[in-house]
Amino acid sequence: MSKEEEYTSDSGSDFTEFWIDWFLGTKGNEYFVDIDVEYITDKFNLTGLYQEVEKIPQVIDVITDGLKIEELTDEEREILEFNARLLYGLIHSRYIITARGLTKMLEKYKNADFGYCSRVFCQLQHLLPVGLSDTTGVSAVKLYCPKCEDLYNPKSSRHSLIDGAFFGTSFPGMFLQAFPHLVPQHSTERYVPKIFGFNLHDYSKIARWQELQRIKLETSLINKGINTRNVPNGFKINNEENEIDDEIDGN
Amino acid sequence: MSDNNSSEELETWISNFCGLYGHDYFVEVAPEFIEDDFNLTGLSSIVPFYREALDMILDFEPDKPISVSDLPLVQHSAELLYGLIHSRFILTKQGLQQMVDKYDKKQFGVCPRVYCESMPFLPIGRHDQPGVETVRLYCPSCFDLYLPNSSRYLNIDGAFFGTTFPGLFIKIFSEIDQQIKLRNKKQYELKIFGFKINEESQFGSRMKWLRKLPKTEKEFEELNNCQYEIPLDDEEDIEDEDENIDDDQEEDDDDVEMK
Repeated sequence: MSKEEEYTSDSGSDFTEFWIDWFLGTKGNEYFVDIDVEYITDKFNLTGLYQEVEKIPQVIDVITDGLKIEELTDEEREILEFNARLLYGLIHSRYIITARGLTKMLEKYKNADFGYCSRVFCQLQHLLPVGLSDTTGVSAVKLYCPKCEDLYNPKSSRHSLIDGAFFGTSFPGMFLQAFPHLVPQHSTERYVPKIFGFNLHDYSKIARWQELQRIKLETSLINKGINTRNVPNGFKINNEENEIDDEIDGN
Repeated sequence: MSDNNSSEELETWISNFCGLYGHDYFVEVAPEFIEDDFNLTGLSSIVPFYREALDMILDFEPDKPISVSDLPLVQHSAELLYGLIHSRFILTKQGLQQMVDKYDKKQFGVCPRVYCESMPFLPIGRHDQPGVETVRLYCPSCFDLYLPNSSRYLNIDGAFFGTTFPGLFIKIFSEIDQQIKLRNKKQYELKIFGFKINEESQFGSRMKWLRKLPKTEKEFEELNNCQYEIPLDDEEDIEDEDENIDDDQEEDDDDVEMK
């Protein structure tokens, strides 16, 4: 591997750490996985990035530790460092939807590195990172909960500074398609505000209407021969659920 | 921890308790509220060392000194008693006013859901009995419950806020409706390379109903039919499909019909 060469050439300097390792170890970059150097150096994977990042060959040298940073002026170094982070992020969004990248993200998902869904009925479902746009500078990274299919802000402010484009809009979809067994069952539990034990009417009305929408969806799926009860990506129905559920399903 | 010598320190037991780490959800209950026996109805049977605990909360010298071995128990009882009084107090006019101050300062945190756009949370307990579940947070914008984002709130009993508080709060402060209306009613949909995922696929969306709100006239009409129960014309739908569904489903339908 080219890594070894890099290591020996680098050992003379103060920097014994690889750039990628340094980047991943930096506080706030916990969501990133390490990209294989071969993937970065393959020009095919960089198609279209030349407009977004300047001096790509030099920047790649920074990422792969091929460039002696000490020989540059502070200003040059700063620009290169900035571009290196940008390029790494952009390649990252492509890498994590490849087979190898998905496996690495799976590991992080299992460790709950992206956090848990704080919605009570999601029962600490692990989250997946997602961007709202594939161009940089539009919005920060968000977290997708596969259980309630909703979007959340990261808990920690240091993660809300990461560009969403570094994860891309397609990642959660690709991830769930690659690992269909990880698609969770969806909880049908709801909360309706109560005053002294009585449900508030307006809210129960909305809850009933939403439940009606769910039943409609379920019946149309059942009509098409799709199993929706207690299967992956189906609805999780318990016996001791609230009245609404009891009325509709006796099981 | 607080002791009964607080009269010298000028800090009352209550303000000390509310200032403790992780106790920032609590408001200070007015001593007059606690001194009124009517407000404490029923609590003496739930809280052990009731008299001593009450004296401790109000910084009264106990009639007979509390033995050293009982002190931690009394201390614990005082916290329990204070919490239960707190859940009653925040439903009063004065308490609600104090809670609205905290709400305006977003001291209960904000909803992490992206389209709730940092809607402030309200604390809630899902049970009124102490010792069942810790405090949860209610988002008035998505009508949903969330866990506090810091573990320091994980030892606070939900009963100290009670099941009624958020409901009453949103009923009384109608400005909240305004805040909700200003928020984005968008729903997120997962896409792959810009393409929607078909609902019939194994990975199709199943949870859109959860955040869906009526928009079209037809949907509002449908909503009106949900006044007291889920409209029954739905039953016909289910019956129609029944022929090609497995036995389980048929049994379900019998249940519906019987009702």
